[in-house]
Amino acid sequence: MLSATTLDIRGENTGAGAPRTLLEVRNLSVTFQASIGRQAVSAVQDVNFTVHEGRTLCLVGESGSGKSVTARAILGLVEEPGQIAGGQILYHREDGIQTDLAALDPKGKPFRSIRGNEIAMIFQEPMTSLSPVHTIGSQIIEAIRLHQLVSRKQAREQAIELLRQVEIPSPEAAIDRYTFEYSGGMRQRAMIAMALSCSPRLLIADEPTTALDVTTQAEILDLIARMQKRYGMAVIFITHDMGVVAEIADDVAVMRRSQLLEYGPVRQIFDTAEHGYTRELIESVRRLEHSARTVRGAKVSPQVLLSVRELEKSYGGRATGLGKRKAGAAVRAVKSVSFDLHRGENLGIVGESGSGKTTLANCLMRILEPSAGTITYTREDGSDLEVARAGGGALRAYHRDVRMVFQDPFASLNPRMTVAQILAEPLKVNNVLTRPDDLRKRVGELLDMVGMPADVAERYPHAFSGGQRQRIGIARALALDPRLVVADEATSALDVTLRSQILDLMLDLQERLNLSYIFISHDLGVIRYFCDRVAVMYRGEMVELGPADTVCSTPDHDYTKALLSAAPAGHPDEKRLANRHRYERP
Amino acid sequence: MLAFIVRRLLAAIPFMFLVSITVFILIQLPPGDFATSYAASLSAAGEYVDQNTIAELRARYGLNDPLIVQYFRWIGGILMGDFGYSFQWNSPVSELIGERMGLTVLLTFATVIFTWAVALPLGIYAAVHKYSIGDYIFTFIGFIGLAIPNFLLALVMMYFAVVWFGQDVSGLFSPEFRNAPWSWARMVDLGKHLIIPILVLGTASTAGMMRVMRANLLDQLHQPYVVTARAKGLSEARLLTRYPIRIALNPFVSTIGWLLPTLVSGEIITSIILSLPTAGPLLLQALLAQDYYLSGAFLLLLCMMTVVGTLISDILLVLLDPRIRYS
Amino acid sequence: MTDTAPLPQMDAPGAAPDATASHWKLMWLRFCQHKLALFSLLIVGLIYLVALLAEFLAPFPPQEANARHVYHPPQGLHFFVNDDNGFRFQPHVTAFRMERDPVSLRTSYVEDEGQIIPVAFFGRSTPYRLWGVIPMDRQLIAPVEAGQRFFIMGTDRLGRDMLSRLIHGTRVSMTLGLAGVGISLVLGLLLGGLSGYYGGRIDWVIQRLIEYILSLPTIPLWMALAAAMPRNWPPTLQYFTITCIVSLVGWTELARVVRGRFLAMRDESFVVAARLDGCSQRRVIFRHMLPSLASHIIASVTLAVPLMIIAETSLSFLGLGLQPPAISWGVLLQEAQNIRSITQAPWLFIPGALVVVAVLSLNFIGDGLRDAADPYSK
Repeated sequence: MLSATTLDIRGENTGAGAPRTLLEVRNLSVTFQASIGRQAVSAVQDVNFTVHEGRTLCLVGESGSGKSVTARAILGLVEEPGQIAGGQILYHREDGIQTDLAALDPKGKPFRSIRGNEIAMIFQEPMTSLSPVHTIGSQIIEAIRLHQLVSRKQAREQAIELLRQVEIPSPEAAIDRYTFEYSGGMRQRAMIAMALSCSPRLLIADEPTTALDVTTQAEILDLIARMQKRYGMAVIFITHDMGVVAEIADDVAVMRRSQLLEYGPVRQIFDTAEHGYTRELIESVRRLEHSARTVRGAKVSPQVLLSVRELEKSYGGRATGLGKRKAGAAVRAVKSVSFDLHRGENLGIVGESGSGKTTLANCLMRILEPSAGTITYTREDGSDLEVARAGGGALRAYHRDVRMVFQDPFASLNPRMTVAQILAEPLKVNNVLTRPDDLRKRVGELLDMVGMPADVAERYPHAFSGGQRQRIGIARALALDPRLVVADEATSALDVTLRSQILDLMLDLQERLNLSYIFISHDLGVIRYFCDRVAVMYRGEMVELGPADTVCSTPDHDYTKALLSAAPAGHPDEKRLANRHRYERP
Repeated sequence: MLAFIVRRLLAAIPFMFLVSITVFILIQLPPGDFATSYAASLSAAGEYVDQNTIAELRARYGLNDPLIVQYFRWIGGILMGDFGYSFQWNSPVSELIGERMGLTVLLTFATVIFTWAVALPLGIYAAVHKYSIGDYIFTFIGFIGLAIPNFLLALVMMYFAVVWFGQDVSGLFSPEFRNAPWSWARMVDLGKHLIIPILVLGTASTAGMMRVMRANLLDQLHQPYVVTARAKGLSEARLLTRYPIRIALNPFVSTIGWLLPTLVSGEIITSIILSLPTAGPLLLQALLAQDYYLSGAFLLLLCMMTVVGTLISDILLVLLDPRIRYS
Repeated sequence: MTDTAPLPQMDAPGAAPDATASHWKLMWLRFCQHKLALFSLLIVGLIYLVALLAEFLAPFPPQEANARHVYHPPQGLHFFVNDDNGFRFQPHVTAFRMERDPVSLRTSYVEDEGQIIPVAFFGRSTPYRLWGVIPMDRQLIAPVEAGQRFFIMGTDRLGRDMLSRLIHGTRVSMTLGLAGVGISLVLGLLLGGLSGYYGGRIDWVIQRLIEYILSLPTIPLWMALAAAMPRNWPPTLQYFTITCIVSLVGWTELARVVRGRFLAMRDESFVVAARLDGCSQRRVIFRHMLPSLASHIIASVTLAVPLMIIAETSLSFLGLGLQPPAISWGVLLQEAQNIRSITQAPWLFIPGALVVVAVLSLNFIGDGLRDAADPYSK
C-alpha cells in the first residue's frame, strides 16, 4: 500500500492562476462500532484528497469500499454507530478562513449554516430521498428559507425558477406536485434544484444516476455539468462506473476496502494507473468495447432453435376482485415481437426499464402466459414444440432443455437449502438421478464447472458472496444439460470486476456444453461483449434486430442511436455525452 | 376529497347491513325465543305462566314468522328509531339505552384522547432515545400494560383504592348525583369518576399505541429523506417534527380503526367490574337473560361505533397522506 | 449500491464460521441473544410442566371443600424445625387457628405458634390417576398425617385449596390457549394460503371477510356467542365451544401474515426457480415456500396464544365462559369479583398474577422469535 502522503497529489494546479483549493480531506478515518464491546469496523481509513473550486472529483469504488461514507463524513452525515475517528476535513471559506468540518459538532449551528448553503448533497434514490408527503415545492422552499432571508412568496418564485433551470416542464404547476407524481429522472432533477437553491460552492453527488436508465443518466450528467458551469461549483461525484468517471471527472480518487488506492488527474489515472485494481476497473469497461464472440471465433449453426412470432403480452384490462377497481385499458408490455434464435447463438435483448424485456423473457419461460403469438421450440430430435400452448409433460420437458439464470443472486437461492440440495433439486424432481451417490457426484461436477470447490456443497447460500451465488445459480441452470439458457440481467447486481468473470465463465461453458443464450440486459456494452445478435426493445416493441457489431456501431433506429450515444465510452478522450443523440418519440 | 368521503360513506352501507345481519343471527342463536325466556323468567319469579299469554305474545311480536321477516321487521323498526321492547325491564329499549350509550361513547372517546396524548410523546421519546433508560422503562411498562387484562387491572385498582384510600371507586356518579338532573356539579363529579375507568381502559391501548409509534418512527428515522433534510441544514428538532414524525403519524392515525373495537370491548368488561352506568353491565344482563331486543340494540350500536371510528380514521388518513388521496 | 455501512466481505469460501448452519440453528442462535425471551421460554416451559403434572403437583383434589377453612390465609412452607428434639430438616407449615372477635363477632385466622403441620415431599396421598390413566399414590407435597390440610396459597369462600385449584386451572387455561391457536392456525393457514396463492377473487372475498371480523368489537360478540351456549353443557363441550369462540378472531391475524408472506414469496426468484426446476405445485408449496414461512408463522402463533388466554380468562370471569365445576384461571378469578372478598382475601388475586406472568412471557418469546425469524438480516 502506498503511503498516504505520496498520494496527496495536487495535479496540474500548482502554478499561478490555478483553481483555488476548496476542501482538503486529510487522513480521514471513520469507524462503525456495531455494539459496545464489539470491535469497531473501519469504514474509511486514512483517506487524503483535495477538491478545487469549479472542478469535479470522482470518488470511485465498488460496494463497501467506503466511498459513500467518506462523502457523508464531509457533511457530518455519518449516522450512528459510525463516527469520525481521526483526520481533518478542511473547508476553505470564501473569506479565506479555514474550518475543520471534522471537528465541528455535526448538530451544531455553525455546521448547519454550511450544510445545504455552501455544501449541498444529492443522493442515489430520488424516490426515497424526498419526503413522500410534502410537495416538491415545499421541500425546495424550506431549503431556500433556511439559509436566505426571503419571504415565502419570493422563495416560491425562486423555487419555480430553479425548477425551470433544471428543465422541469411547466414548473408553475410542477412545484405543487408530490414526489410520487414525478418520474425517476424528474425526481433527480428536483433534487438537484433543491441542492442548488442556495448556490452552493460544492455539490456532493452520491451515485445520483445509478438508479436511472442510461439515457436518463446521460441527461442528468449533462444537467449537472451545465449547472456546475453556471454556478461555478466544485463537484464530488461518487460512482462505481468508470465510464461515468471518464465522462465527467477532472480528478479521480479510487477507493477499495475503505482505503484510498489511487488519486490523481483523470488522464493520469486512465493512462498510467499505478494500481492493478484501478486498471482492472478501467479494463472492465474497456473490455466491453469489443465482442468476445468474434475474438473467440464463435460458430453459429443455421439451424433454428427457438422461433418467436408476433408474441404479445398485455396486462389488466379486466376488473380485479369483485369489480372494485375500474377496468382500465390493457397495458401492452410486449407488442408483436418476432425473432429466431439459432443453435449455438447468443441473442441479446437490450432495453431500458419498462421496455418489456423481462416480460418477454418470462413469456419465453412460460413464467407468464403470453396473450397471443407463437413460440416454436425445435427439440433435439428435430420435432417442433409449440411452447405457448404446451402443458404438463411437454412443458416440463421444455423446462429441462431451456433453463434460466436470475438477476438477483441473493433472492434466487432458497436460503433454507444447502448448495447440494439446491443443485440436486432439478435432478431429483425430474428423476434424472435418484441415488444419493450419483447426485453427490453430479453436484461435484457442476460445482467444478462453475469454478467452485466441491466442499462447499454442504454450505447454505448465506455463506457466499454475490458472485459466488451467481455461479451456483448458473450451476443449477446447467444441472439438466440444457440446450438454451435464458439469463435475465444475470450480471446487473454484481460489481464490475465480477461482471466480466461471470460473462467469461458463461462463454467458456457455452463452448464446452454447446449452449445457446438469450441474454437480457439494460447494458449495451455487456450485450456487445457477449452476444452475436442483439434485439433492441423500446416500450414493448422490438425496434431493431441485427448483428451485435452492426447495431452497436452503425445502428438504424433513432432510439438505438440515442441508447448507444448515452452509454459512456470509457476513456476521457472519447467523451460522448456532450454531443449525444437524443431520441424524440414520434 | 369530498368525492372520497362520499364514496367511503357509501361503502360503509353494505358493511353496516352485514353487521346488522350478524347481530340478528347472534341474538337468535340461543335455543328458544323471546317468549320462552319470558315464560322462564316469570316462572323463576314464582308467577303462574299461562300458555295462552305466551302464544299471544308470540303472535303479537310475530315470533312465528320466518326469520327473514323478523329480521326486516327488526331492522325496519331500528331505522325508524324503534329498537323494540325489553321484557326484562318492561319498557322500550330506546329509553333504556339512551344515556348508557351516551356515557359509553363519552368514556371511549375520552380514552382515545388519553391514549393519544400519552402514547404519542412517549413513543416519540422512546424512538428518538432508542435503548436509553427511558426507552427501556417505557417499553417495560408497555409490555406489562399489554399483558394485564382489563378486568384484572380494574380489580387491582379497586383493591388499592379501598386499601389505601378507603374509597369505593365504582360507578360514574357519587350517590347524591346518581339520579340528579344534569348540572355543572354533576359534570365535575362525572369527570372525577372517569379517571379510574380511563386509566383502566387506556393502559393497554396506550401501551400498544406507544409501541406502534415507536416502531413507526424507528422505521422512518433512517430513511434517505431524513438524510436529505439533514443535508439541507435543518436543525434536529425541526427535522424530527417536520419529516419522520409527520410521516410516522400516518400509520398511527390508521390505528384508530383497531383501537376503537378494542376499547369498546374493554369498556364492556371494565364497566361490569366497576359497575359503571354504561352499556356493559346492561348488555351482560340482557345477554344472560336473553333479552333480545335490548342486547341486539346494544350489540348493533357498539359495532356501529367501530364502523364510525374506522370511517373517521380513513378520512383523517386521506387528509394526512397525499399518496392515498391521489391513488 | 450504497455503501453507508461496511459489510464484511465474504469472498473466500469458508469465511463465515456458520456456513453450514441451517436456518433453524441460525434462528436459535439469534433467539439466544434475546436474554429476556430466553428467560421467558424457561418460565413458560415451567408453566406447561405444571399443567402437564397437575395431578401430581396439586396437594389436594381441587373440588374438595372444607367448611372449617373458609378464606384461610396462605401458610408459608418451612423446611427446618428447631424444637425440643433439636434443629432438623422437617418440611412443615405453621398451623392457624380461628378466633372470633368478642365484640364484632367477626372471625379471623391467627397463627398458632408452635403448632406445625408436617408435610413430606413425594409423600403418600389418596390414590389418583395421572392424566386419568396412570395410577399413582404419591404427590410432590403431601401431609405426613393423612387427613391433615394445609393451604400454601390459602382457600376460597368454600375452603377449597387455592394452590390445587390454581394448578388444575393452569392446565385448562394454558391448553385452551394452545388449542385455540391450533384451530386458528388451521383456519389461518388454509384461508391465508388460499388467499395468497390464488389471489384474484378468492383473495378479495377472504380479505373482506378478515377486514369485517377485525372491525367488530370482540368482547361483545364473544359475550353474545358464549351467552348462546347452554349453561348445562358438560365441561368438555363447554371447553371446546369456548376454544372455537376465542379462535374465531385469532385466525384473522394469522391469515394476514400467511397471505402477506405467500404473496411476497410467490414471485421470489427462488420460488420461480423451483417451478422451472420442474417441481410440482405441491412440492413448490411444501418444500420451498412453507419452510420459509414456518419461522414467521411460529412467531405469530406464539403471539396469538396470550390473546387466547386473555380471552378465555375474561369470558370465564364474566361468567360466560367455562362454568364451575370446571376450573380455569378465569373461573378462579370470578371468586375475586367483588370488593368484599378481595379485601378479605387478597390471595384470590394470585391467579391474576399468573395470567400476567404467562401472557408477558409468551409475548417476550413471540417478540424474540419474530426478531429471530429472519436471521440473515443484520
